[in-house]
Amino acid sequence: MANGNAIAYDLAKKQKEISVAEFFERNKHILGFGNPTRALVTSVKEGVDNSLDACEEAGILPELYVEVKNPSEEECVVIIEDNGPGIIKQQIPNVFARLLYGSRFHAVRQSRGQQGIGISAVVLYGQLTTGKHAKIISKIQDDRPAVVTELAIDTNKNRGEVVHQEIMHLDKPSGTRVEVSIIADYKRGKRFVYDYLQSTSIVNPHARIVFKDAEKNEHVFERTADTLPKKSEEIKPHPYGVELGTLIKMAKDTKSRKLASFLKSEFSSMGDRTADAVCDEAKLDRNLSPMELSRDQFAALHQAFKKVKIMAPPTECLSPIGETLIRRSLKSETQEVSPEFIFTASRPPAVHSGNPFQVEVGIVYGGSLPKDKPVKLLRFANRIPLLYQQGDCAITTAIESIDWRRYGLDQPSGNGIPIGPAIFLTHVASTQIPYTSESKEAIADVEEIQNEIKLAFRECARKVQLHINKKVRRVKTREKFDLITKILPEIAKKSAHMLNKPIPPLDKVITRIMDVVWIEDVVEYERARGKPVQAKLEDPTAQNEGGWIAKSTIMVVNYKNKPQKFNLYAVFPKDAVVGTVSPKPTKVTDTYLRWDLDNIPPINKIDIKFELAGLNKGDFDENDLYVQNINPTYVIGADKWEGE
Amino acid sequence: MARDYSNVIGKIDAIAAKVYDDLQKAEIPALQLSTRTKANIRFDDDLSVWKYGKGKTERSANSLDGAYMLLRTMYLVDFIKDMIKEKKSSTLRETYYISEGWNLAKFSTQNESDLLAEDLEVITGCMREDFKLRPEEDGARVIGNLVVEEMTRNNTKKKIHCQDDVGDAGYGIPYNVEKEKLTFKEADADFIVAIETGGMFDRLVENGFDTDFRAILVHLKGQPARSTRRFIKRLNEEKKLPVLVFTDCDPWSFRIYGSVAYGAIKTAHISEYLATPAAQYLGVTPSDIENYKLPTDKLTTEDIAALKSELEDPRFQDQFWKQEIKLQLSMGKKSEQQALAKYGLDYVTDTYLPEKIAEMGVSKK
Repeated sequence: MANGNAIAYDLAKKQKEISVAEFFERNKHILGFGNPTRALVTSVKEGVDNSLDACEEAGILPELYVEVKNPSEEECVVIIEDNGPGIIKQQIPNVFARLLYGSRFHAVRQSRGQQGIGISAVVLYGQLTTGKHAKIISKIQDDRPAVVTELAIDTNKNRGEVVHQEIMHLDKPSGTRVEVSIIADYKRGKRFVYDYLQSTSIVNPHARIVFKDAEKNEHVFERTADTLPKKSEEIKPHPYGVELGTLIKMAKDTKSRKLASFLKSEFSSMGDRTADAVCDEAKLDRNLSPMELSRDQFAALHQAFKKVKIMAPPTECLSPIGETLIRRSLKSETQEVSPEFIFTASRPPAVHSGNPFQVEVGIVYGGSLPKDKPVKLLRFANRIPLLYQQGDCAITTAIESIDWRRYGLDQPSGNGIPIGPAIFLTHVASTQIPYTSESKEAIADVEEIQNEIKLAFRECARKVQLHINKKVRRVKTREKFDLITKILPEIAKKSAHMLNKPIPPLDKVITRIMDVVWIEDVVEYERARGKPVQAKLEDPTAQNEGGWIAKSTIMVVNYKNKPQKFNLYAVFPKDAVVGTVSPKPTKVTDTYLRWDLDNIPPINKIDIKFELAGLNKGDFDENDLYVQNINPTYVIGADKWEGE
Repeated sequence: MARDYSNVIGKIDAIAAKVYDDLQKAEIPALQLSTRTKANIRFDDDLSVWKYGKGKTERSANSLDGAYMLLRTMYLVDFIKDMIKEKKSSTLRETYYISEGWNLAKFSTQNESDLLAEDLEVITGCMREDFKLRPEEDGARVIGNLVVEEMTRNNTKKKIHCQDDVGDAGYGIPYNVEKEKLTFKEADADFIVAIETGGMFDRLVENGFDTDFRAILVHLKGQPARSTRRFIKRLNEEKKLPVLVFTDCDPWSFRIYGSVAYGAIKTAHISEYLATPAAQYLGVTPSDIENYKLPTDKLTTEDIAALKSELEDPRFQDQFWKQEIKLQLSMGKKSEQQALAKYGLDYVTDTYLPEKIAEMGVSKK
């Protein structure tokens, strides 16, 4: 026994707390600093994520300035400046120089950062590789000077150390500027930084980002939405997603004295009945003190969570980007390839292990995008671009498992990333994104998430398909249109002339040749003048002066040989507000207009006009038209109305 | 003597009337004509040539192309009517340019207008000469002991001896070789040799083959013009002279023979005017390539496709052609008639032709 003790003492001499520096050194690959190229992108990314979160939390439209300098071959200076609320002097060392410190670590809500490693890891990496200190400038109020802090990290204590502090003038109401010197590969990393910022701008249409590269070229990613995204709300953890250890910790920290009230107050989706059902299932008295539960009792409780049917967590806490804004951003960022069309789809919120999530997708197609290369995937999680490990990501797996050949894209062997002139955007918003690793580069293969992504893409691809079919049919019918309006009258004239006879009437022949109801539409945009238009997007009270009005004109011509009577539906984006409509619609909802058209005699025409306000130019390029009470195969230019 | 065109005008007006009546009956206007494809030619036992079968194609205003075709037809027949009235004629190329003024009915290529003129022949059963349309290309050249009498543009008849009255280029066949224009007076020869290439024609002339072998030499100039084929047919029938066709050895040359002997697919509606069923193929055959060890080229993919298409062509279904085409496909080679020069410039006239002619039992010498 004495000998055994001696060994344990020996071992104890070697046991000590490992420093954050060691922790970092061992884990730098999973933190995104595995090589000098990655280190550059990760540093920019952490800074930008931090700034965007800060601005949004303070309700400020983000205005970011990112600069990368390249003073020597292996060294870069990364500068990120925002117009956020700033950080008070005392907190600067904690926020920028202490790992695992942050306000969001314990919160259950949709946010960019989750782990509290972010920006302090960049500062630490800079210190470890260059020995230089980070410089933080922060201003919290318009009438006060900015504070400049030079910051070092005490790697043994995991504490920030202020090396030098002074005040200076900063020419903006508030904001934070971070400057960190790091060892990085500028040559290789530059393109990734650009891609990252461009992608960030796509899913953050409310942000304006200026990027100045080491060659002093400025790239501006303009803002395409003037309203902040809906604030994501904090929710309590859902019992399905909680781990045993967390459950025990929550029970120790709670103010509730009874088990049932602990369950109701600390978890979401827990009402009286569910809390009782859980207690019964775990064979625990609902009046037990949560503090005094044994480990076995906790385990029973944890088991009971899985057995009792508990309502899904609330989903209002999510802040998706929205189809209109995705479309607008994609349109703005793909301008130079002038795509043929952009379609989007958004799924209703769903749940994985008690965590609400929601999937949104967009497809950009055509233009000068390469036809013989795999489709470009843009992956996003909580508005963060995922740049690496595409192959390991649930988004990729989901896309690969769809048979894209059905939707007109090449896909050798019917799986894998399809080939064609397209960009696929996927955004997953969740209170808890299940990443494959700490570096947050890929979403783990969670079945529920994969299914939702698949459903979203199928829906989007169907829209693409419809659009293409419609176009093909339209081209064909337009040819016939030429035929009956130009060529047929000429044939009639010429034959009559040769025979010295009067020109025969053509109406009946025209209906025979066409034999359809022809619907043609145009959408034009006009600057709103005079009274400001009410903008509905996000903020119903915002007055959008000088906005755009979409003017839609629909022409319906009956080329059938019998009179036609049917209902016509025009679907428009939720974000739009309907203006003048003529003729008077039979029904108006927030997504469609309906007209019950009276008998249209053969060769007769009806013009329908309506206006939409609250949209940006290009949000609504073509009408989405449907018909009811008529055989849809008679109609060119509208599809069968399938109900709401 | 002015020709009576009332029959032609009647047929042209019938086209306009068909379209007009369709419109009045509220029917989609359409014209029907024989389908002009390989699949729709049948051997006519009475005429011994290949004619169109029962397959019909409809040109209907139901499609954009069909409507354009109808409109152009209206314009073209109106134009033809005008020409008849004003006693003018035009070349096919001029017709194509005239259509510049037809707005929507304008032809985009001359091929389109040529095809439409042929369509009109098929629909009406008239010949394009009836429509006052004439081809751009002239007929080819002739040398041999033959006297023709031509009605010149001055309306005087002129006799021409096709050896004594012509230079080495020979007598040029006019585009109109009908009786009112051209008659054969004397023909002291044993057979006609129709030759694909100008080079070989000139070789036979230089070597005096026409006198030595009592032959009339006709230059086909590739795929022969209608007038050349008509000339050969009349000479064959009126002067009872056998016709031997001498071409390169490739699928395209076999088609030249096909159009001389059987009738061309494009002009099957007038095969009985143009084809010479008695014409025989002299060579160069694929067997000749082997027998005479001629220099060769490799068959191209187009050549192979053309040969395979000929195996399906109803005109090439006899034993001789099937064997020769299959042989050529298996050799994978082709050759030109001038490849015979491998053995010297006189080889073709001293050896090859006499051997082949003897083989075919044509020469009386």
